[in-house]
Amino acid sequence: MEEAIYKKFPEEKVEEIESLFTEIGKEFKGKAEELIPMLQRVQKRLGYLPEQALLAIARMTGLPAAKIYGTATFYAQFRFQPVGKYIIRVCRGTACHVKGSDRLLNTIEEYLQVSPGQMTSDGLFTIETVACFGSCALAPVLVINDSVYGSLNRSKALKLLDEIRERERSSSRHSTQGN
Amino acid sequence: MKKIQLTINGHPVTVHEGATVLNAIEKAGFYVPTLCYDPALKPFGACRLCIVQIEDMRGLPTSCTTPVQEGMKVHTETEEIQRVRRMIVELMIVNHPYECLLCNRSQDCELLKVARYVGVDQRSIERLRRTTRKRAPDHSNPAFDFEPDKCILCGKCVRRCDEMVGVGAIDFCHRGDDTVIRPFGEKPILQSVCQSCGECVEHCPTGALLPKNLFIPEREIKTICPYCGVGCSIHLGIRAGKVVRVKGDETSPVNRGELCVKGRYGLDFVNHPDRLTRPLIRKEGFPKSVTVNEIHQVFQEVSWNEALDRVARGLARLKDRYGPNAIGFLSSAKCTNEENYLFQKFARAALGTNNVDHCARLCHASTVAAALAAFGDGAMSNSISDIDHADTLLVIGSNTTECHPIIGRRIKRAVKNHGARLIVADPRRIELCDLAEVHLDHLPGTDVALLNGMMHQIVKENLHDEKFISERCEEFEPFLESLNRYDLKTVEAITGVPGEKIRQGALLFGKAKRAIVLYGMGITQHTTGTDNVKTIANLLMLTGNLGRQGTGFSPLRGQNNVQGACDMGALPVVYPGYQRVDNPEVREKFEKAWGRPLSTQPGLTITEMFQAAYDEKLKGLYVMGENPMLSEPDLNHAREALAKLDFLVVQDIFFTETAHLADVILPAASFAEKEGTFTSTERRIQRVRKALDPPGAARPDWEIVVELSNRLGYPMNYRSSEEIMSEIARLTPIYGGIRYDRLNRAGLQCPCPDAKHPGTPILHKGQFTRGRGRFHVVHDRPPAELPTSAYPLLLTTGRILQHWHTGSMSHRSHVLETLVPESHVEINPVDANRLGIMEGDEIFLSSRRGSVQTKVKKTHRVRPGQAFMAFHWREAPANRLTNPALDPQAKIPEFKVSSIHAILAVLEQAAEDNRFLTALAENPAGVLSTYDLTPEHRRALMEGDIASIEQWVGPLEDRLKIWLKTRLKQEKLSERQVLQA
Repeated sequence: MEEAIYKKFPEEKVEEIESLFTEIGKEFKGKAEELIPMLQRVQKRLGYLPEQALLAIARMTGLPAAKIYGTATFYAQFRFQPVGKYIIRVCRGTACHVKGSDRLLNTIEEYLQVSPGQMTSDGLFTIETVACFGSCALAPVLVINDSVYGSLNRSKALKLLDEIRERERSSSRHSTQGN
Repeated sequence: MKKIQLTINGHPVTVHEGATVLNAIEKAGFYVPTLCYDPALKPFGACRLCIVQIEDMRGLPTSCTTPVQEGMKVHTETEEIQRVRRMIVELMIVNHPYECLLCNRSQDCELLKVARYVGVDQRSIERLRRTTRKRAPDHSNPAFDFEPDKCILCGKCVRRCDEMVGVGAIDFCHRGDDTVIRPFGEKPILQSVCQSCGECVEHCPTGALLPKNLFIPEREIKTICPYCGVGCSIHLGIRAGKVVRVKGDETSPVNRGELCVKGRYGLDFVNHPDRLTRPLIRKEGFPKSVTVNEIHQVFQEVSWNEALDRVARGLARLKDRYGPNAIGFLSSAKCTNEENYLFQKFARAALGTNNVDHCARLCHASTVAAALAAFGDGAMSNSISDIDHADTLLVIGSNTTECHPIIGRRIKRAVKNHGARLIVADPRRIELCDLAEVHLDHLPGTDVALLNGMMHQIVKENLHDEKFISERCEEFEPFLESLNRYDLKTVEAITGVPGEKIRQGALLFGKAKRAIVLYGMGITQHTTGTDNVKTIANLLMLTGNLGRQGTGFSPLRGQNNVQGACDMGALPVVYPGYQRVDNPEVREKFEKAWGRPLSTQPGLTITEMFQAAYDEKLKGLYVMGENPMLSEPDLNHAREALAKLDFLVVQDIFFTETAHLADVILPAASFAEKEGTFTSTERRIQRVRKALDPPGAARPDWEIVVELSNRLGYPMNYRSSEEIMSEIARLTPIYGGIRYDRLNRAGLQCPCPDAKHPGTPILHKGQFTRGRGRFHVVHDRPPAELPTSAYPLLLTTGRILQHWHTGSMSHRSHVLETLVPESHVEINPVDANRLGIMEGDEIFLSSRRGSVQTKVKKTHRVRPGQAFMAFHWREAPANRLTNPALDPQAKIPEFKVSSIHAILAVLEQAAEDNRFLTALAENPAGVLSTYDLTPEHRRALMEGDIASIEQWVGPLEDRLKIWLKTRLKQEKLSERQVLQA
């Protein structure tokens, strides 16, 4: 058996789930038909669906845990692993492919040392692939959170990542100094 | 119901409104292939094979999901249907492995059958075929494997588990081409909530779910499962003298093909090499105080003649020297009715004593005593199937889903599918609580107060059934008055349940038109057991819930034939059919029938026999198929009592803990090796059939009893168990109409007084067995033992799903023993944290009577201050802890309440000769502030300097170091609190 695809929520932060479910308990009645809004609510807050949250939903709704998991895995919108602050979506559509998006993806994977669906150890980046953004004129395309970056090549892409890293580093330095 | 006419392939057929087209097709005698259809489940329409053409309807609808309409014209085999169906099957098997010759399931593979029927085209499969996927199989379960590559996603397993079993351990995960059936989180199934009942395996149409070690049996014998009292009918698959497969009997009204993990995978004990095969005699010079490690070291194999002579001589000698009442007989709820009848006849007629009892004393003696007094009949009043017709169910003191799983499923389905409302009253948060509208978690031993409190509310709201009470009952007035003192406030204080919840439960029950009370040992195993049952009887009579379908009094009997053993008079005060030994007319009848004068003196109960043995008044004991050395309360005392006996005969299929103390051991036949009948909890008398020869020289219990009786000068002459049954029928009015040839289909429910009587599914119709139902005034009494500071935890004992009583059978089943190999105690995390105990720790439990060591399971199933332990393990016998205090009327011990003390096992060993550790272990944080310590000791302790501590107290085990650190941290906290204060 392969390992379960989801991650547990870190034990030391379990109170966060507890407080989230106190809120959810007020917002929802715990009916089966509220399952998807509840899953969305959890993901919005925690960034993904950790094991403890899925089990908590099972207890609240009275549905079998296997059914909650089955439903959640059916939808592409739900994640089972934590995501970075920046989600890099690499377009793997036809036009981008012709323009070398496979090499672009490989380069980013190597540079960040993670595969699609995974998060970098510093919690900054998650790579994902997307079938097509419909921005074929700008191929090859990357979307980082809500910003689109077109006509990229490998060095431009890496530069982009470095810029984000630098920005994050200075802002965190700034905030520590501020303290 | 409205009838609907339609035609199938031109043939007219009439079905009920609401039927599906598929039902109509089947009724008309046509075949359409299906793979996802299961008549027990809701229509699903996943496999698309049952498509049909219906005139004036677009496309090809699936017949399993299409309801019938008047005048429909249905065609099942048009050219288009054939083409589409073929393609569907081709797509289904396009990535399916081809290795049918190697697949263990191909003999009953429905996919293979359907593929042959529709005729697939190899070329089109080859064209579409991609490499077979290699998705990880799941081999984690000891009973079955899952191979996702053979799965066709029909969803039968998912739906069986959810709709029928009510567990929902698996579901569809992901989507499209990636869809796969997995448990929660795609973990191995063994780590999921799966209960290993195998319903999914049984109904899988391919080889995706397949039993491990699947041997196809050479023949199948229909018989009855020997575990609990539900009485599930099974087909025992035999191959080369071994039980290789068990299937539920689809035609049985009791289980309708369903089985639990014990019934389906737990019967291989029959072939276990530990079976006793030769009579054994204790060798000279081995006193009973010696622990037996190896059976042949202490016991010697002898011939049947020698063993039987020895027993006969031994019993005769005791009778001559001390009189017949110095001998006790323990009959068996595991043996057949015929054997129980013969055994008590042997005790009464051949030896002349009424000292015969069996383990009902330890489970439902209080039920029999109370219900005889209230109704005139001690058995379950209605049938199991009545659960489907009730609108409210009260389950009190019964963990039904584990102890009577097939009844547990009925309850779940009644709630989920039939809209029944469920009240659970149990100190533990058992599985059924998830479905309950109200869960009353009253303190153990406060059942009378709880039920009286509910009845007080029912009367207050005028929800009692005055007509029923005045027409059919008596002694109502004093009872009504007795309820006055049970107002909500008082009851809340006694039971620990919020008054509002009690009121809610009471109103729910009071308003029900048809309500059933189901209960188990949680009610009966108390010093107030008889009172508890009388209170239940009061509740049912008060609300008029007796004598109708969907109502009733439902004591769930624990053993396969405990009802039968009671019916057969394996009780000290009654002959077969509850005919009292102190009634001269009855005695005369039996004296005439048995040709011997019979004792006028009522006999001793099991619990009294043990005391008499301890006091050396009882000199001999003959135990047939029971294991009191694990099932008696206060085992240390029981062991001493048995060791004091002059002569102990044990007749069993295994070398049990009781046999360790025996003088003679007689090897008996198991349920699979003899003919006879069992009577289930719903009074259903069913046939048990011989499937195998007993191993070695082992013999059926009744044959052994006959041999002994002949040797003792009271000849018995029976050629078969059927002959014994005809004698039973002659002497026992409630069994008067029982003949083997009448039992073949589904058995008969007793009372069945004559050969034409159809049996009695519902008792007390029109009038009670005793005439009028009698109300009893019952008041709350506390349990015999309450928690104290020395023994602060309240222990309840019971069973778990995967094991059975003293485990002599279930520990010898490969699957059951692999699933749960060792004992554990359930403790609330609050108590565990207080004691510094972590999940899986070895923990030492002690009561005023004895101690055991076991593993810890932290769970919210038990409330803080309580603990639960099953009594299945000889390595950790929970009954060393339990209290032998008896119910004064039924003489049943209080297994359900004892107070205990818990401590980490390594700590208990270390603290034994270390006063300082004892002080830390026994006292709340803050003990150091009062302890007289040198400054350097104090410093080391406050800083958690383990190395220095070890210099003083000697080396500590790793687990102990962790415990000490956590404990000292608490000490530090409280020190700070003291300073702040």
